Amino acid sequence: MNNRKNTEAERLTFWERMYIPEIARGLGITLKQMFKPKDFVRQYPEQRFEPTGSFRGRPVLVEEDGQERCVACGLCARVCPALAIEVQAGETAKDKERYPEKFEINMLRCIFCSYCEEVCPEEAIVMSKDYEIVYTSPQAAILEKDELLVPKAKLQDRLEFLRQYK
Amino acid sequence: MSDLTFLLIEFGIKAFVIVNIVLVMASVEVYLERKVSAWIQNRVGPNRVGPMGLLQPIADVVKLFMKEDVVPKAANKGFHRLAPLLTLAVALGVYAVIPYAHYVEIGERTVYWGIAPNVNIGVLFILAMTSIGVYGITLAGWASNSKYSLLGGLRSAAQMISYELSMGLSLLGVILITQTLNLNEIIIFQRDGWYGLRWLIFLQPLGFLIFLVSSFAETNRTPFDLPEAEPELVGGYNTEYSGMKFGMFFLAEYANMATASAFLALLYFGGWSLPFPEFWDSLGLVEGTWGRVLLQFGSFMTKLMIFILFFIWVRWTVPRFRYDQLMNLGWKVLLPLSIINLFVTAAVIIFFNL
Repeated sequence: MNNRKNTEAERLTFWERMYIPEIARGLGITLKQMFKPKDFVRQYPEQRFEPTGSFRGRPVLVEEDGQERCVACGLCARVCPALAIEVQAGETAKDKERYPEKFEINMLRCIFCSYCEEVCPEEAIVMSKDYEIVYTSPQAAILEKDELLVPKAKLQDRLEFLRQYK
Repeated sequence: MSDLTFLLIEFGIKAFVIVNIVLVMASVEVYLERKVSAWIQNRVGPNRVGPMGLLQPIADVVKLFMKEDVVPKAANKGFHRLAPLLTLAVALGVYAVIPYAHYVEIGERTVYWGIAPNVNIGVLFILAMTSIGVYGITLAGWASNSKYSLLGGLRSAAQMISYELSMGLSLLGVILITQTLNLNEIIIFQRDGWYGLRWLIFLQPLGFLIFLVSSFAETNRTPFDLPEAEPELVGGYNTEYSGMKFGMFFLAEYANMATASAFLALLYFGGWSLPFPEFWDSLGLVEGTWGRVLLQFGSFMTKLMIFILFFIWVRWTVPRFRYDQLMNLGWKVLLPLSIINLFVTAAVIIFFNL
């Protein structure tokens, strides 16, 4: 048994030991809760959460004029703490001379830290607002380049955010 | 039509209707429980299946039917199967004596609402059946061959024995006043006087309180739901049950809740009786007509639903008692109180020659 003596403040008063008034008080509290409006609840599939530019969702590659901005420098793969990114560079006749032949992000490893975005010299990989990240197999979770490319127009919020705060 | 065939048809229809009322009531309770708990916890509750989530109980039952029925290897198979059946059968059996309204006159015959509302052992029958219910739970705990189930079952047995006493003693006050065990006559006593409002709660307030607390314990509802205390005993007596066997326990729990509510409404709140009977008589809805019976049915159901809502409301307000607190309350508080209540009632009846 517990031998510690209760202090005066901890001891229940007579009416508290009678249960009934205290239970009635509790019932009053829950009754009040019952009739509070529940309008802060978002009905998810119908009402979606629209994140601001500061939101770090699925990392994507910026697509500008029909091609990626990425020059396959490999910094993102280098900095990635979860080793989620794999880049293989290739040569091209265009101005930039280099492009990623293969660009993979393993979404099972990604921790959404946004280091890749921070380190990117070309602003080519950014975090999108995409937060519904679901795959049916481990293979499907490894995203190829064509799955990662997103037109620049769709990423405007994030790019502006980066220009302001990066 | 001979008397026998008429009786057979009458009781067949009554039994069918009443069992369906109980099952529908159970599903309504499940829905209400989920909704009320959600409101109290500032959530919205089920709102996906059907309009406002009204079909949620049906979805729940379909889920239970689809589930695999797992029986533990070491379980006592026969008793494991018997336990949920026993619990549910007893829970439904109680409804045999509960009157839903008074009577209708069809031709020369009088049809009472309720399967056998005029048996002269009604109160005793309900008490007996609800105590048999504990066998189902204890059996489930023992047959599962699991420590959690066994503890849950034993707790249930101990709790029932402790609270059955004060429940029965608080009921004796009612029986002393009304001089009958017949449920319909208890209601008629409450109807005839004080403009139909001679409810026994006004005559037996302490008895009502004791009975209310005991019926919470009797139906294994919070704050006395120690037999299935989730944080301590996983799931209590139904830990090892799955699929529709679990569904039966679930159903029985809610049917028992409806029984307790019905019993409270019958004994202390006038059951099917209507306030101001002269007013209804003046509208032409005299005793024995369909209109009067439907009003009485509505009156009873309203009281029943209010009590069910109260049960749910209390569940989501009061935390679970500790085991020693439960036993202290049962033996040291409720039992003496109910004995005092009994003696005071008896003394008043003798001294004032009521």
